[in-house]
Amino acid sequence: MAMMEYIDAIRLAMKEEMERDDSVFVLGEDVGVKGGVFTTTKGLQEQFGEERVLDTPLAESAIAGVAIGAAMYGMKPIAEMQYSDFMLPATNQIISEAAKIRYRSNNDWTCPVVVRAPIGGGIFGGLYHSQCPESIFFGTPGLKIVAPYSAYDAKGLLKAAVRDPDPVLFFENKKCYKLIKEDVPETDYIVPIGEANLLREGSDITVIGYSLPLHFAMQAAEELESEQGITAHILDLRTLQPLDQNAIIEAARKTGKVLIVHEDNKTGGVGAEVAAIIAEHCLFELDAPIFRLCGPDVPAMPISPPMEKFFMLSKDKLKAEMLRLAEY
Amino acid sequence: MESQGTVETVNRHKPLGLSDGQVIDMYRFMQMGRKYDERSLLLQRAGKINFHVSGIGQEAAQVAAAFALDREQDYFLPYYRDYAFVLSVGMTMRELMLSVFAKAEDPNSGGRQMPGHFGHKKLRIVTGSSPVTTQVPHAVGFALAAKMQKKPFVSFVTFGEGSSNQGDFHEACNFAGVNKLPVIIMCENNQYAISVPVHKQLGGKVSDRALGYGFPGIRVDGNDPLEVYRVMKEARERALAGEGPTLIEAMMYRLSPHSTSDNDLAYRTKEEVDENWKKDGVAAFRTYLTDLGLWSEEQERDLLAEINLELKEAIAYAENAPFPKPEDTLLHVYSDSAREGGM
Repeated sequence: MAMMEYIDAIRLAMKEEMERDDSVFVLGEDVGVKGGVFTTTKGLQEQFGEERVLDTPLAESAIAGVAIGAAMYGMKPIAEMQYSDFMLPATNQIISEAAKIRYRSNNDWTCPVVVRAPIGGGIFGGLYHSQCPESIFFGTPGLKIVAPYSAYDAKGLLKAAVRDPDPVLFFENKKCYKLIKEDVPETDYIVPIGEANLLREGSDITVIGYSLPLHFAMQAAEELESEQGITAHILDLRTLQPLDQNAIIEAARKTGKVLIVHEDNKTGGVGAEVAAIIAEHCLFELDAPIFRLCGPDVPAMPISPPMEKFFMLSKDKLKAEMLRLAEY
Repeated sequence: MESQGTVETVNRHKPLGLSDGQVIDMYRFMQMGRKYDERSLLLQRAGKINFHVSGIGQEAAQVAAAFALDREQDYFLPYYRDYAFVLSVGMTMRELMLSVFAKAEDPNSGGRQMPGHFGHKKLRIVTGSSPVTTQVPHAVGFALAAKMQKKPFVSFVTFGEGSSNQGDFHEACNFAGVNKLPVIIMCENNQYAISVPVHKQLGGKVSDRALGYGFPGIRVDGNDPLEVYRVMKEARERALAGEGPTLIEAMMYRLSPHSTSDNDLAYRTKEEVDENWKKDGVAAFRTYLTDLGLWSEEQERDLLAEINLELKEAIAYAENAPFPKPEDTLLHVYSDSAREGGM
């Protein structure tokens, strides 16, 4: 075990997978000498050389498209999108190509590509360095989507993504990069894709979410318990596609009161699907309407500090909503 | 019609390293592509199949390109008019018919995709889609893999001149140019992007675009298969020598409508089409072979009869082959069968 930041865990996952399998390589903008704009790939080019840590031209569709071609050959590319906001030029390659290659070829060709992209705000990134684009890709069969909350999961899920025979979108939270620091094994392990994780047991309310907002939920839960004796049951989805339906249903049943949280805006977000699953399977076991606390339905996050703060979720916002649900 | 040249015809294929047998084979594949295409148009008109997308007039360049490649090692990313190309690299008439009839046994997609959306892993034909030009970055990805794994293959990709306006063409060319990758990028400039003529698609030449990406761009007469073969062969040698990509713009004319859903005389004249039939590369190649004494009326009759029989058998087989099971719609979303068809 070693204390490490979320970003170190991501780097370690890539390093370990590249040491294990020489068909694994990283490509993207500034990933080489600079080690990425966030230092996610720092030191990898020194260890693995220019070919396996490839600085690409600034063209996201080519980054995805070339990675897809290499993956169809049998390589295991990890394509880095510098910010998920800049991923949209690659959307056609991801949705029309990567997601459909196995299906359209009747299982003849496969596309084991990983696309990593930092999501989320709270770093004064403004409209185009803060977005959460999960809902753009969510609901596209053929893609797997993961969004780790902890450093441990970030390492284990990225390693699982690299070994997965299908395309995986790996949404890492850029606010978590340095904020999260915890013990992570320096040994080989994976976190299976498709399995949610119970972060906290409780009996009064259930919180379901993924990525950064769960930290606020965990902090709020501690306070609610010590101050008011309210206990929260908190489920981390970890994988957004395929969703862990059983875990969602079980967590909802546990308390009968559900709050769903994510930073991506509310309308058409992952939370809407989670709410629908609960409504389909355990509507009559609910003691309150399903609550959702999400980013507002505005195009993206403004840079001005008070506006950014207004947009972002926080411990206080979570606490207020969790209390409102508990008292319902 | 048999034509004997009045001047002595020069043997142009021997200096290129092509044997008489090989050029005769090339002609056979051109005719196979042509006849397959014509028959599919008829099958659609007869109500036997729902849709066919055509490439009559483009066969000569397609076959020539295939013959310049290593058909045992190279990777192919054809576009939807490349029937003569895929036949040349090993797909059979039966397989093409299974695709156009959308039957379960279709190796391209198991009856899932429109015809012309090729894919056949055993033949290294890489699965393609309908949004045009997405295959060009894929070809560059295969070439990147060849370079990284130090494998002696090239990737070959085709598309139309309309498609050359897509960002993916430019992004992929630049990526390949920067990394000097072994990819051959061939535009089949057939003068029309469905209905829009080339002068409304291109401000300049497709081949000139290579200049901006740092590799050669060569315009070649696509109706002259020996010229196409020559530039393809050189491109492949350059690729294997580590000298990087080549862009080839093969000039041709789409003699048939875009597809069975297209009335081409709404946007071009019969006179224009007729004029271009006179330049047909397949007919010209037959004349070339005939003038050299390599081909006769009799051989032509035999070949057409042989193709006709093959088509007949292929159609009978495909017509009688089972459709995919309806519930197989749910298969092959992910590798994990437990998750297939749902989340």
